[in-house]
Amino acid sequence: MSDDHVYLTLAEGHEDDARWAYGTGFEDPLHGVDTTVPEGIDAGELAALCVALADDALVSAQRLAEWITRAPELEEEVALANIGLDLLGQARLLYSRAGQVDGTGRDEDAYAYFRDAGDFRNVRLAELPNADFAFSIARLLMLSSWRLAHFERLASHPDPVLAAIAAKGVKELAYHRQYAAEWAVRLGDGTEESHRRMRRAQEQVAPYLGELFTAYDVRDEVVAVLRQVTEAAGLPMPVYRPLPGSGRDGEHTEHLAPLLAELQGVARAHPEATW
Amino acid sequence: MTTSLSAEAPPPGHLQEHFDATISRDQRIEPRDWMPDGYRKTLVRQIAQHAHSEIIGMQPEGEWITKAPSLRRKAILFAKVQDEAGHGLYLYSAAETLGADRADLTDRLIEGRQKYSSIFNYPTMSFADVGVIGWFVDGAAICNQVPLCRSSYGPYARAMVRICKEESFHQRQGYELLMTMMRGTEAQREMVQDAVNRWWWPSLMMFGPPDDSSPNSAQSMAWKIKRHSNDELRQRFVDMTVPQADKLGVTLPDPDLRWNAERGHHDFGTPDWDELMRVIKGGGPCNDQRMQRRRSAHEEGAWVREAATAHAAKQAARAEKGAVA
Repeated sequence: MSDDHVYLTLAEGHEDDARWAYGTGFEDPLHGVDTTVPEGIDAGELAALCVALADDALVSAQRLAEWITRAPELEEEVALANIGLDLLGQARLLYSRAGQVDGTGRDEDAYAYFRDAGDFRNVRLAELPNADFAFSIARLLMLSSWRLAHFERLASHPDPVLAAIAAKGVKELAYHRQYAAEWAVRLGDGTEESHRRMRRAQEQVAPYLGELFTAYDVRDEVVAVLRQVTEAAGLPMPVYRPLPGSGRDGEHTEHLAPLLAELQGVARAHPEATW
Repeated sequence: MTTSLSAEAPPPGHLQEHFDATISRDQRIEPRDWMPDGYRKTLVRQIAQHAHSEIIGMQPEGEWITKAPSLRRKAILFAKVQDEAGHGLYLYSAAETLGADRADLTDRLIEGRQKYSSIFNYPTMSFADVGVIGWFVDGAAICNQVPLCRSSYGPYARAMVRICKEESFHQRQGYELLMTMMRGTEAQREMVQDAVNRWWWPSLMMFGPPDDSSPNSAQSMAWKIKRHSNDELRQRFVDMTVPQADKLGVTLPDPDLRWNAERGHHDFGTPDWDELMRVIKGGGPCNDQRMQRRRSAHEEGAWVREAATAHAAKQAARAEKGAVA
């Protein structure tokens, strides 16, 4: 490779945005897809489902981003970023779909940046602070096990756009669950300290399991996965006693508002700006 | 580190000749080849500093992933910072081919015995900084690193090929963000100009001290670890950046910057070398903060790494027991 090659490329004008990148020139993520809502589908329900799933993904991606430069090892920086990016990608597609079907024509950023905490429909599990690595793993295991089971069902949803988003997501979520399960086992089996932390983390997330099951009956499947991993990790099964209320109804912990303040601050300070 | 010296190996004089001949033919030195101790030490130091820079360099921009003002920008920045972690990993691996150990290099960084690029000791004040870092800092990194794709040490050169491709991508993304901001509101244009003002001089310092006070350069050039002098690379960066700044509509904060037709290059002012020395010695605005973050991530992650090691050992013991039974 010649020394000058890259300089020349860089010094050129870049009128053609399409060659720039990852995500750039990505104005309409559903470009070329037939976006009409099939007959017999309630558009309001479909939009609400997309927003709830997008909110889970966005809030989770935000928490994963907080790990960056704080992870226990470089490989974990890369893996957690990878999972965060997958979820961010899912959120973008789902918000775009919601904007098409709810009649408002809103874009992904309108949902992410210009709604308040009470309008978010994510489960509370997603918004809890990261705490330690064990907690983040226990949360990821629970969320990805549920989301994978749910997306596998959604892949045959009568809305072809949601079905396509879910089918793409299944492959990503299978990796997220695998990653979380492997770490849960390492931590459960590893040292006394890691065992204690992983056990406590499982107990801390347990009350948030019930909130996940609103559509499709995936409870048995999810609990079976959690049991298998928990046993492999040499940990006791926690008691899944649900908390009252639900993030799906806009009832959140005190942790969501500050998370959104950070996420939305720059965008809201410059509402006329384009980025 | 022991090299692959065996009873049949030719005497060191021969080895030195072979090494010199490989360098002079512009061929690559590979991990199993004999190499002088000084060459090995210089490379380990340079590659480790480069790896540390990638890892510390995640911090100034990483701060903005959670605050990025659009989901598209969030995805681009998230992916960029992830790439930097990946670059750190390749580079630590390249250093390991020379007998270094990643954990030991990390300790050296945390204990302040090895350096990282001084540029990452400056703060990121607005989202425009993300764009300007991409444009200037990745741009300067590319000027420094493209020649390293022809570095005489094979694993380093190959790592640099991949890293340069990704850096070039990052630079365009940064520039594209600035283009978009310059087409936006007045407040956005002011943010861009302010970021340009703050990052220009520190970026010029990324090429290191001027040639007449760069003690290690001559030997590194002779070994073809380094291919161009600091001042040559700095000039190249300035020449590359001036037309990009014009097109963007920002002013580079140097009253002495002008085209010199006779030289065929831009003349430019002298960076504040005292400032560079101060920042290198730990007196930059963010040195303590950057080191503190890296140290606390490492220390707070110790129990996780210990758990992984303990689990792997238990697994191996169980497998052995299983095999015996």
